[in-house]
Amino acid sequence: MYNWIPFWPDTAAINADAVNSLFVAELGLAGLIMVTVVGMMLAFCVRYRRGSDASRAGLVTKTWHFEIAWTTATLGAFLMLFVWGAEMYVWLFQSPRGDEEVYVVGKQWMWKVEHPGGQREIDALHVPVGKTIRVVMAAEDVIHSFFVPAFRIKHDVVPGTLETIWFKATKTGTFRLECTQYCGVQHATMQGEVVVMDGADYGRWLTQQGVHESLAQQGEQLFRAHGCSGCHGENSTVHAPSLVGLYGTSVHLQDGSVRVADEAYIRDCILNPRSFTVAGYPPIMPNFSGQLGEDEVLKIISYIKSLGTKQESVR
Amino acid sequence: MSVTTAERAALPHPTAEPSFLTSENTVSSWLLTRDHKRIALLFFASITFFFFIGGIAATLMRLNLATPGGLLQPAVYNRMFTMHGVIMVWFFLIPSIPATFGNFFIPLMIGARDLAFPRVNLLSWYVFNLSGLVVLYSLIMGGADTGWTFYPPLSTDYATGYVLAAALAVFINGFSSIMTSLNFVVTIHRLRAPGMTWMRLPLFVWGIYAVSVVMLTATPVLAMDTFLLAVERFLGIGLFDVHHGGDPLLWQHMFWFYSHPAVYIMILPAMGVVSELIPTFARRPVFGYAGMVLALMSIAILSFFVWAHHMFVAGISIYAGVVFSLMTFFVAVPSAIKVFNWTVSLHKGKIAFDAPMLYALGFVLLFTLGGVTGLMLATLSVDVHVHGTYFVIAHFHYIMVGATVSAYFGALHYWWPKITGRMYPESWARFAAILTYVGFNFTFFPQFILGYLGMPRRSYTYIPDWQSWNMLSSAGASILAVAYTLPLFYLAWSLFWGRKAPPNPWRATGLEWTTTSPPPKHNFPRTPVVTLGPYSYDPERDTFVSQEGTNYAE
Repeated sequence: MYNWIPFWPDTAAINADAVNSLFVAELGLAGLIMVTVVGMMLAFCVRYRRGSDASRAGLVTKTWHFEIAWTTATLGAFLMLFVWGAEMYVWLFQSPRGDEEVYVVGKQWMWKVEHPGGQREIDALHVPVGKTIRVVMAAEDVIHSFFVPAFRIKHDVVPGTLETIWFKATKTGTFRLECTQYCGVQHATMQGEVVVMDGADYGRWLTQQGVHESLAQQGEQLFRAHGCSGCHGENSTVHAPSLVGLYGTSVHLQDGSVRVADEAYIRDCILNPRSFTVAGYPPIMPNFSGQLGEDEVLKIISYIKSLGTKQESVR
Repeated sequence: MSVTTAERAALPHPTAEPSFLTSENTVSSWLLTRDHKRIALLFFASITFFFFIGGIAATLMRLNLATPGGLLQPAVYNRMFTMHGVIMVWFFLIPSIPATFGNFFIPLMIGARDLAFPRVNLLSWYVFNLSGLVVLYSLIMGGADTGWTFYPPLSTDYATGYVLAAALAVFINGFSSIMTSLNFVVTIHRLRAPGMTWMRLPLFVWGIYAVSVVMLTATPVLAMDTFLLAVERFLGIGLFDVHHGGDPLLWQHMFWFYSHPAVYIMILPAMGVVSELIPTFARRPVFGYAGMVLALMSIAILSFFVWAHHMFVAGISIYAGVVFSLMTFFVAVPSAIKVFNWTVSLHKGKIAFDAPMLYALGFVLLFTLGGVTGLMLATLSVDVHVHGTYFVIAHFHYIMVGATVSAYFGALHYWWPKITGRMYPESWARFAAILTYVGFNFTFFPQFILGYLGMPRRSYTYIPDWQSWNMLSSAGASILAVAYTLPLFYLAWSLFWGRKAPPNPWRATGLEWTTTSPPPKHNFPRTPVVTLGPYSYDPERDTFVSQEGTNYAE
């Protein structure tokens, strides 16, 4: 719609459509303010230049009417922009349950992508068009920022937690993926591409990756290898909370707080269990911080999520 | 200027007392001076030096970005933008107007003999230079490579440059800021001449007062930040490092708690300067004096409640984002009032387009453009797109360079006759002012476009599609470099061959113009008595009244 403008980036997601309208409104307001200020300034500078004989009688040095009117008008316009922008921000940053999910790890200086089916890519992300894609992100070393200009979405990926973001592409094609948080010497080259394909092509692409194990299956192996199943397994005699159906529920903790069991919560529990002891259970879980890489944690999370709704792990 | 016989008596006579420049001529009389005017000139020399060091870094950056592949090694480029940021923010912009023109003119404008603590003032300059030496050490050894924001864990665990030295320089530099601002606050409270009530203060004094309050409150937090950074990097104590139970976002909160007010530290004095220039050259009172004062002070206070707008995509709570966006829109309101008042202050004036006025008009335009793009950044969902791109770079350069540096040069030209006793060459100065405006817009406007297209900041390389906008920006930067260097030459020329300046060349109303140019060591032969607010110009009758109540015909 705006692509005739020479400085308009590609618009390829419903997120981008929403941001476009707001930005155009802001350009309009900015233009109005600039035209008013420049116009008044030019008119006064010409009419009241030193040599002109325009009348200087009736000089106004203050009038509260003027100032109050001007203040109210700007405040009104600003509040409108605020509400519009804030509402959209909440919509952009509250991840819906996605049609598809994908895991992204940022590390100096690449984006590692893992699909639930086990497909992996580096500096590239293949997604189907018209589906809500939920991106779960982790950072291995320093802060990175996941940015797709054509979708108008961006979120920092801070080490020590998981962030989620979503988008729904509206057209097929290849779009730039960038890092916009300075992350070291080769920050400028930490770039990739998002390839949006139609559903059939995407299905074909998934099968051509030569993958044998889904992410959840890989997670299950790690789950056994690191001894998690010894306590959290079905036949365990240790008094540990069951993980079946955990994902998405509310968990009551020992300290009285309640957390929603999303990806970030599960990550916290694995790497820092003593701070998240579940109410009614002894604080006996060992700390796995330093033993698992970010992508391994994501695999285990993927496995734990698959315990909840079995059909998800099949996909 | 024609003056009636009765009024002539009120004009300052060339006194027998020598000016502050020539009263003593030994090196130690300069290096150990406690005269606020000499200390202002010492500061002027120091920050001019750093302005050009920071400028050289900027030149190398723009040179590198003229081609997509870049000319510099990535590591060199990264160190250049870090040092450019550190030096320009702490070693030029923050001290720029307060430490030079504030130092020189606050006592003169309120009718005092000096600042309240002359020795502290001198100490402030030495501390500033000490921090300058440390930052030069960091630069010469290879520079820091973290960006001026020092975000951990990059700055604590990963960066290989001289990060500690750069942070130490910032730490020491803060004490210079604190000393200078403390001095201003006490001076403005305690040393005003009889009759100089708060609502008769020139707006420049209000601007410096507002900024001093902000500096005094915010800078200690910066000292804590850099101290904690050093503790983590040097001793390995986990404050920001997640592997030791720290939180990287803690740094961002603490850093921006200082650094957002710091943005206003850079702009408030500039607003004060422009509020002096516009009435003087438009020959009419400023529109809405009380509103201007109110706006300055509310900006100063609100500036403390908006810091997290630098962190909308950093992983703060969504609702925190919403609150900080709202506060940011609030802080934009007083700024909008000021722009409106400056513009209306031209109405029915008798406008002269001398170089200081050209700088002031340029300031208003660039500040407005920086302001409206600030609104876009304050809007949450638009910020999600433009955050961390060249859009942000363009926005803050419009405010901090376009506006503040314009005001700085405006102030330099406006007060040059008072400081040196010589007039600068007007045509050259006008040429430089216009060149600044042209060069600036060519440099930074394309960066808005690059940013909206998605070019990330702090990148030594970019895709070939963006080359034409980058070329334009680099070409503009070369114009800007000329425009910023020109005054160095013609102002130096004017020191020797410039026309001798009368006491009040601009026919202005402030107390600083009632003494000789350059002023004697103790500023005024007798303490002035103030009977009027500033800016009593009457464009209809072509008269003006100084703050001492003396009538002059033009």
